[in-house]
This record gives sequence, structure tokens and C-alpha cells, in this order.
Amino acid sequence: MNGIHDLGGLTCFGPVLREADEPVFHADWERRVFAMMMLSGGTLGPIDSYRHAIERMGPVEYLQTTYYEHWLAAIERLSAERGLADAPRAPQPLDADIIDAIVAGGMPSTRDDVDCTPRFAVGDAVLAKNLNPPGHTRLPRYVRGRRGMIAALQGNHVFPDTAAHLRGENPQPLYSVRFSARELWGPDAAANDCLFIDLWESYLEASPS
Amino acid sequence: MSDHHDHDHDHHGAPPNPYLEKRRSGVETAVLEARVKKMEALLIDKGLVTAAALDRLVEIYEHDLGPLNGARVVAKAWTDPAYKERLLADGTAAIAELGMSGLQGEHMVVVENTPAVHNVVVCTLCSCYPWPVLGLPPSWYKDAPYRSRVVIDPRSVLAEFGTELGPEVEVRVWDSSAEMRYLVLPERPAGSANLDEAALTNLVTRDAMIGVTRLPAVGRAT
Repeated sequence: MNGIHDLGGLTCFGPVLREADEPVFHADWERRVFAMMMLSGGTLGPIDSYRHAIERMGPVEYLQTTYYEHWLAAIERLSAERGLADAPRAPQPLDADIIDAIVAGGMPSTRDDVDCTPRFAVGDAVLAKNLNPPGHTRLPRYVRGRRGMIAALQGNHVFPDTAAHLRGENPQPLYSVRFSARELWGPDAAANDCLFIDLWESYLEASPS
Repeated sequence: MSDHHDHDHDHHGAPPNPYLEKRRSGVETAVLEARVKKMEALLIDKGLVTAAALDRLVEIYEHDLGPLNGARVVAKAWTDPAYKERLLADGTAAIAELGMSGLQGEHMVVVENTPAVHNVVVCTLCSCYPWPVLGLPPSWYKDAPYRSRVVIDPRSVLAEFGTELGPEVEVRVWDSSAEMRYLVLPERPAGSANLDEAALTNLVTRDAMIGVTRLPAVGRAT
């Protein structure tokens, strides 16, 4: 969906405001939200579902609230949508003894057991499609319709556009795509500058170079 | 976390962050706290997680993981050319050699700053950040001003951090739109040739590894 979260390219927010000696958390409730966000995913869905839940916040609310309020809103929304309050109690809660292993092990998004031959190779000219899906996507508006070049192949990754909606992981090739600053932002951008972004194969088509 | 060696404190004149100021007002904080307590009670009641598990996760990210990890990676790359080669070829594997891995660092790419190329990292769509090497991100990385503007006008954002780049330098912005996570390998500071790996580690800042600053020459006042 074309939401307020897709901030790239806006210039209306003023200077970057930094806090000197910023603590990791500013309040205890932030600690609890962070931990709940990380440890409720087994039941409430993949990280893509959480991101999409944040994207569905109202735009004014989104801009007026902080990072951990976004995550709280996502947990509340997903809990309601998945019917957690009426669900039976899970038999085996995540306990403290498994946390270190979860943190160190991570949750890779590559799927090596699928056979996806990449359609593009490094150096290929590509066009980011002009897609405007109603659901979750990781194709920001500012690259849609712009021409770039494949800079690297990143392996087969879970496709967030379907995973967020529990419609399957559908892993597919992910590419690092290089766009010149002038292709994205016009002739006033610095001639030397460029931007790299990771885009799934479904977002791309071949471009005449 | 290891922000004690982050020297980028030249911004005391900045206006207060309205979001943070808002958080410290009483009524809204009380409402938030009640929502959080209710949600935690539900997750525990439904057997998803224990309070002790939540405590442990917080402890790790508040006390164990931070930019000192990334600084170790950088210092090793500066002193060990073979390691640097491995790091730039396969960031995930080379970082794992130093015992760092896991959530939000499953797929690491390290990009090298040189006199000709300056890299800077952002996540425009949310706030993706390489946790195993940098810990959790500062608020400014997650807020709208940085996420929106660093892609369209990186040079003005960098200038706000005191990083002035000439037109001959190629600025490369990395938008973390997928699960790839980016770490900037800063240039080794001038005047650091005689320092060992441990001393070099102390020179490396979080902001330099995000790419918003360059490291000052050794011996210059900060």
C-alpha cells in the first residue's frame, strides 16, 4: 500500500534531531514492547506481518508516535486479527533459557532449497516496475519506474509481499540494484552519487540499455 | 551499550526531539504503560512467552550488544588485509569469525569507504539496522527526517553530522529494503599507523559505521 511509512524522498521534516548520550531505551515500557515484538512472532506471524501492521496505522498517528509505539500498535493489531484473546493457551512458552540461542541464531530469510534461476545477472539494465499493490510491499515509491543496474545477486529470499499476508514465503531472487541519483531525483542531484537498494525479482523487468 | 566511545556530541544546541519530549508527559505515558501491561499479560497468559524470557532479551540488547562489536570488526579489517578481503567478500561469514551473528544480522554486507567513495546506510521503509554489530539504532535513525531525506539529499544530511564531502566524492546510499544489513567500513584515521588493534577499536564510532561521519585524525581534539 502507498502509506506514510514510505518516506524516502520527502524533504518536509526538517533537520535530523539527535539526542546526546541517548540510552538504548527511554522507559521501561519500551523495553517490554521491544521484547514482545521479538518474541511473539511465532504466533502472530512473520516480521513482514508486523511491518505491514505498522504501515496500516493512520498517517497522522504514525508521524506523531515513536518507534516503540509503532511496534505496540502492530502487536495489538495482529493479536486482534489473529484472535489471540480467544485462542487456547500454547503448551510451551518461550522461556529465558532459549533466548540467547534465538538471538545468536537469527532467522535467515534466504531459502536455499528452492530452485530459482535468477533472471538477471550483474551489469544487467533493469527497470523497477510501477507497481502499486494494495497490501505489503518493499518496493518504495521513489524507485518505481526508474532504471537501474544489477549490482549483486543476494540469493533467494522470502517474498514479503505474500509472506506478510500469510500467503506463502514464495522465495525468489533478490538483487542489489544501483540507481544513479540523477535517475531518481533529476538533474539537480550530484552527478557522482548513487543509491543501492535490494529488490526482489518480481519488482524488476529488463530495460533496454 | 558502548556509546562511550561515540564522540559525535557536537549537537547540544539541537532543538529537543518533539517525540521524545512528548513521551515524558504524564498522562500519555500512563496510557501507554497500561496498554503495554495488558499486552504482556495476554502474551504470558496465552503461553507464548514468559516474563523471564522477555527480561533476558532486553538484557542482551541493553547490555551485551552495541557498536563495540562493529568496532572490533572494523579494527580487525584495518590491521589484517586477509580478513578485510573476506569481510568485503562475505560479510556474514567474516563477522561470524569474531563470534557475532544472529537477529537482524543474518545477511551482512560490508561496504568500504575510500577517499573516492563514501557510503551511508538507511532504511526508508522502517528502521532496519545491523543489530549484532551495532546494537539497537539511535532514535534519529528511526525518525522521519533521516529516513526521508538521506536518499534524496544525502550531502545535506551528512553536512548536519559535520561530514562535508567534495563533488569528486561518490556518495553511495544503501536503502535496507530487504533482509540484507549493511555496515560501513570507515577509512582508517590519519595518524593511527602506530596503534594496535585494541587501540584502533576505541577510535571507531557508531555513526562512522552507519556512514554519517568520518573518523577524525588521531590526536585532533573531538
